Amino acid sequence: MAKNKKRVTLEASHVSMKFNLNQEKHDSIKEVFINLFRHTDKRKEGEFWALKDISFKLHPGDRVGILGLNGAGKSTLLKALAGVYKPTEGVVTRKGKIAPLLELGAGFDKEYTARENIYLYGAVLGYKKEFIDQKFDDIVEFAELGQFVDVPVKNYSSGMRSRLGFSICTAVDPDILILDEVLSVGDAKFRKKSEARIKEMFEGDVTVLFVSHSLEQVKRICNKAMILDHGELKAFGDIEDVAAIYQELIAGDEEVLKKKAKNMRKTRKVRRKVRHRDAYLLMKNHNLSLDEIFDVMEVPEAQREKFEEGIKRVEENQKKKAQMSVKVDGENGIDNNTGI
Amino acid sequence: MNQNLKDFWRYRFLLKELVLKGIRLKYRKSYLGVIWSLIEPLMTTAVLVVVFGTLFNRSSDPQFPVYIMCGRLLFSFFSNGTKGACKEVRRNSSMIKKVYLPKYLYPLSNIIFNYIIFLISLIVLIPVMIYAGQAPTLLIWQVLPALIELFILVVGVGLILSVLDVFFRDAEYLWNVITMIIMYMSAIFYPVDRLEKSGFDWILMYNPLYCIIHQMRGGMLGYYVTAWEYIYPLVVAVIMLVFGVVLFKKKQDDFILYL
Repeated sequence: MAKNKKRVTLEASHVSMKFNLNQEKHDSIKEVFINLFRHTDKRKEGEFWALKDISFKLHPGDRVGILGLNGAGKSTLLKALAGVYKPTEGVVTRKGKIAPLLELGAGFDKEYTARENIYLYGAVLGYKKEFIDQKFDDIVEFAELGQFVDVPVKNYSSGMRSRLGFSICTAVDPDILILDEVLSVGDAKFRKKSEARIKEMFEGDVTVLFVSHSLEQVKRICNKAMILDHGELKAFGDIEDVAAIYQELIAGDEEVLKKKAKNMRKTRKVRRKVRHRDAYLLMKNHNLSLDEIFDVMEVPEAQREKFEEGIKRVEENQKKKAQMSVKVDGENGIDNNTGI
Repeated sequence: MNQNLKDFWRYRFLLKELVLKGIRLKYRKSYLGVIWSLIEPLMTTAVLVVVFGTLFNRSSDPQFPVYIMCGRLLFSFFSNGTKGACKEVRRNSSMIKKVYLPKYLYPLSNIIFNYIIFLISLIVLIPVMIYAGQAPTLLIWQVLPALIELFILVVGVGLILSVLDVFFRDAEYLWNVITMIIMYMSAIFYPVDRLEKSGFDWILMYNPLYCIIHQMRGGMLGYYVTAWEYIYPLVVAVIMLVFGVVLFKKKQDDFILYL
């Protein structure tokens, strides 16, 4: 971090974000009145900190990949950095033009044509009219809309819609670019084109924030990375170092998962063995036939053969043990009927 | 404050686009288009004149159509503007959740769009005045403060409602009922003297919307209204505006958590 003593474009200092999980309950006046008469404040129980005390500084030319498992707080962090969420605590400082490429195309007005939407969406992103005039042809051409420019967006395919969104959002030369898994827009051909466009934007002194589940993609695009885990910033630094830590983290998680699966398989085996033993004891002590056992223990048709084998195995084991115990302490007369 | 003004200046193009969007989409695909904003008040006023003219024995009064038209036009802007603004933040939640925007632009643009439609519809007063044989007098300047006060009032109330609606969905339905009550308290289609006789005219005096409508009528029909009727609605409108702005500013960062 120390090597880059240039100006700071994006700074987060002690950013925390709290969500209220019970907020849905306050939708109507009725609920508010009910809560007035309730003694315990239920809202306290539903507190959830999606981000906890996150601080970092980014400089021009930093391309940061944000890594983390599902629910780590990646999208929340992006939204807080973009200014959509106001952090509950802490401050985000942005310097320069910011281009958020979050959930492309969701903000179009469906009744509006592409032409009108380009101006509206451009205005939402804070572009000036002259700027949109100037870039209009580029945007339409890049989105491959052709003759559909004056067709209402409601008649577009979802691919066309996200292509248009991508095309508008990337028409600027931003100082800060926020990418939330947008590289998977459209078909293979368009994806190549969009990756090329984004690489183009990287030249120059842009600061990039990029979220992806694919470590490969992050490595290809970014030169720095950070790891989020349950809302906490676990690591921040050069891509190679952080990627190594991340791989270890994931590997650790995989080992835990493998252990769990193994344990589950084991318990299932044990349970089956117990059932076989029960069946054997029933047969021996109560003189039940095999069919009666199947009925009593509700063994499905398909498993009966295996079940029978299992009982036989228990029987053999019992016999062996009986012989052993007779050999070892025959005179003590251990009750072979119930013990194993 | 300075930062807010800067923001407003920066997003003035968006405000314009949003206003244009409302106007463009309102009459898209209708054959008569914006002419509807003239025909509609004309037709509804005709109905009101016939019904209430007969009911209150005013059919022979040539001023009665002008009287009703003023009330109806002003009230329908008040009603459309506030109701529209009320839903506007929630209606645009998909955008607000995605990009940073000064959120007041949505209710404000909706009110401005309704105001423009309303100003266009004022044109129908001309044929109605001709029909009534009522030449405009010098007192027509009274229309101007009425229009300004009405706009401030609607912006204030609209901002308050748009905040409330984010937190309580009930606000929308409650406001529908309240606007109906306000309509009956504003003497839109009945002559005021009826209320004066029964001693309930104080309701009118304390209803800023009625005071504004009365100014408008005074301007069109050529009579002076009292100083109270200028100053009182202005004071209420400014209080509403200040309260609305403060409330909106205080609560706007929480919107995203409730949308």
